[in-house]
Amino acid sequence: MKNTIAERIQDFLKQFPPFDMLQKEELLSVSAQIRVLYVEKGEYIFRQDTACHDEFYIVREGAIGLYREFEEDENLVDICDTGDLFGLRIVIIKKNYRMSAMANEESIVYAIPSVVFEPFIEENKEVNKFVLGTFAAHARNYFTETEKGQRIDNTISIEIAKDLSELRSVSYRKKPITCSLEDTIQDIAQKMTKKKVDYIVIVDNNKCPKGIITDSDLRTKVATGLFSLVSKVTEIMVSPVMAYSKKLTVAEAQIALIKHDISHLCITKDGTPNSKLIGILSDHDLLVSFGNNPSVLIKESKRVKKLQNLRYIRKQIDKLLKTYLEQDIPTPHLLNIISEINEALLVRVIELALKEMVSPPPVKFSFLVLGSQGRREQLLLTDQDNAIVFEDVSEADYEITQSYFLELANKITKGLHTIGFEYCPADMMASNPRWCMAVSKWEMQFRNWMTTPTEEGTLLSSIFFDFQHVYGGLVLADRLSDVVFEGVNKSNRFLSLLGVSALQKPSPLGFFKQFLVEQNGEHKDSFDIKIRAMMVLIDAARILTLYHNLKGVNNTLLRYEKLAELEPKNAAIFESCAKAFRVLIKFRTRQGLLHKDSGRFIKLNTLSKKDKLRLKRCFRPIRDIQELLRIRFQLKTLM
Amino acid sequence: MQFWPKKNNTNFPDFWWEYLDLFNDKDQNAPLKDLRFVAFDTETTGFDYTDDRVLSIGAIGIKNNSINVSDQLEVYLKQDIFNEATVEIHGIRKNGTLDKISEGDAILQFIRYIGNAVLIAHHANFDRIMINKALQRQGLGDLKNKIIDTGVLFKNSKHQIYHNDRRHYSLDELCSELKISKSDRHTASGDAFITAMAFLKIIPRLKKDKQIKINELLALR
Repeated sequence: MKNTIAERIQDFLKQFPPFDMLQKEELLSVSAQIRVLYVEKGEYIFRQDTACHDEFYIVREGAIGLYREFEEDENLVDICDTGDLFGLRIVIIKKNYRMSAMANEESIVYAIPSVVFEPFIEENKEVNKFVLGTFAAHARNYFTETEKGQRIDNTISIEIAKDLSELRSVSYRKKPITCSLEDTIQDIAQKMTKKKVDYIVIVDNNKCPKGIITDSDLRTKVATGLFSLVSKVTEIMVSPVMAYSKKLTVAEAQIALIKHDISHLCITKDGTPNSKLIGILSDHDLLVSFGNNPSVLIKESKRVKKLQNLRYIRKQIDKLLKTYLEQDIPTPHLLNIISEINEALLVRVIELALKEMVSPPPVKFSFLVLGSQGRREQLLLTDQDNAIVFEDVSEADYEITQSYFLELANKITKGLHTIGFEYCPADMMASNPRWCMAVSKWEMQFRNWMTTPTEEGTLLSSIFFDFQHVYGGLVLADRLSDVVFEGVNKSNRFLSLLGVSALQKPSPLGFFKQFLVEQNGEHKDSFDIKIRAMMVLIDAARILTLYHNLKGVNNTLLRYEKLAELEPKNAAIFESCAKAFRVLIKFRTRQGLLHKDSGRFIKLNTLSKKDKLRLKRCFRPIRDIQELLRIRFQLKTLM
Repeated sequence: MQFWPKKNNTNFPDFWWEYLDLFNDKDQNAPLKDLRFVAFDTETTGFDYTDDRVLSIGAIGIKNNSINVSDQLEVYLKQDIFNEATVEIHGIRKNGTLDKISEGDAILQFIRYIGNAVLIAHHANFDRIMINKALQRQGLGDLKNKIIDTGVLFKNSKHQIYHNDRRHYSLDELCSELKISKSDRHTASGDAFITAMAFLKIIPRLKKDKQIKINELLALR
């Protein structure tokens, strides 16, 4: 009997060991007995310390992360890509899993029944060797990982070491700045200033490093008058240099810098000072690899040449966030830092995308971020919402211009996806022709939303009116905000409709002051902090800033601050709203970091009594602000 | 849902009685993972319910959120009716090298294979009627199984802003939006597999909910 599906699975399996070691008929019989699993991001295939399944797995599409829990920390041990095997414990030991397998992105996995494959492991030596080898490699990974974690520094996990091996070019700089033994101090000071570096390596005729001079040498030895500007560099250089080979690991580099109390390591061809200099590694570079310094991350994102490296920086943000939450850094400050880094990343992604285009943009454009990113309130990685506005062009050129920007937008959204921003499920991205238009068309669209309000229009305008310009011509973005305020001045009806939608949000508490939770769905019995609490505060702030014609104030907290200045009699309400919003956003971020999701749905039974009370205290201002909207825009008649 | 066949039904073969017996159990609330689903597709000589015939049936089973490759059926039918125009779509020639069986045998195998599984097909109405016509020609009643249409499921999984009731989504559109590989497109088994894959991918998108009940799924329009 023909079995098309099994044949196709066989076609896939035969590309990868150990399946390529089987005969065609053998493999077909294996293929006919597998299961095809679809796993969503964050879904577990198996958990550490649970009984082995009676099948092992191969990744068809996507990426499966293997995690080892260790003293409450979950450490990434390995990532399995297409063709990688995991869950091999069943064919070897048949004891409980020592690691958890979780989908890092949506994935398709083939499950191969152990009993079907075992005969081949017993009979085929090659297969046997391969399977044992793969199993051992995973096992070794988690051992070194935990050892390292204890011994050196818990920031050095396998994850970073793995990323760093990809980040070589970031972690040490090729083409270091050098000078010859004959140069004077003034020569090199000029050169260092011109090249904007804080070090220079003195090399001989064979390019072997003989010494190094850093900013601090110039300060302590020259500026103090000990040596003159015309002295030879050999008189003040630190010699001999510390030389290492490029195989140096992060941990070794860190130890070397600390041990010798120096700021730069020379990387030479064979690892000794007697071979050619090929690079330099500074303590700054190393710091970047640990990524706990926001300014370093921003600086670094401007320099990076590859998307993968940006992805690494984005990953550091979550770590930063965790530390800051533990240290109780004030929320506005926190929002600022994270938004700055996110924007730096975004700008770099756009620059890289522009470089990939065959020609420069035909006209000026502005890249906008929308929604929470536009309000600079995005702490956790959520999906991307963005749009492109470009200058008006003649009717004849419109299509070709739009297609240029759509292509650019496609590269940008793809780039953002690569570094970790999910695609927008509602496709509110610049790569959608609806959201990539000439400025006059945007103006028309905005006017349309305001003059003939529909449910969709109200929903979209609440997302689009919170835009933030991040790249390109600022004037274009300004024209759009002008349209919004002009429209608001003409009719209060639009504001009223926005008000109605803010009042129609489901309320957080029931009649008996109990939390209202989701009645069904995946989040059954969870509290939806976004819809039931934060949205009303966000919407109300937006409506009232529009009402007061406050331009350029896009951040919810900032909006309440300004509103309190403008309406002193309501200042108390606005201040309590701002306070509630600060508490809610932190709550959500903590939940999100804890559960590795957006933090939107809160499991009430995981909250302490104290937390529940804190949360409930935030609901009072929500009621107050809703009442204020109701009275101001006479919404009773509209509802 | 189908009613009991109106014709004289005492002459049914055993396999049909066995099939009918499977539908006595009326549990509407079983979790999806405990149910057996069968994704299937037919290749036909054309789109006319009366004149055209089924050339092949491909079907694959889904249980516990996974596709069981061992639970599959792939049959090719001997048919006297032949339509040159559709050969280039499905690639099944009148006297090709494939092993073919009679329509009666194919129907027997298919009915035994599906049992009381919930059927899944893309634009299911067409496949359902084509199978029912073949059943009629064998003197049997209509399919008793519950049927889910991936076209309808997909439409319901779209974000509310882009939700369009009248829109019909082709299997090719599903493939590209859900990122499903199109290998073996336009063979019954290939399309059945794609349909099964689409089913697994759409379910979590519906209300982001894995616990969705079977009767909720069947109620989608």
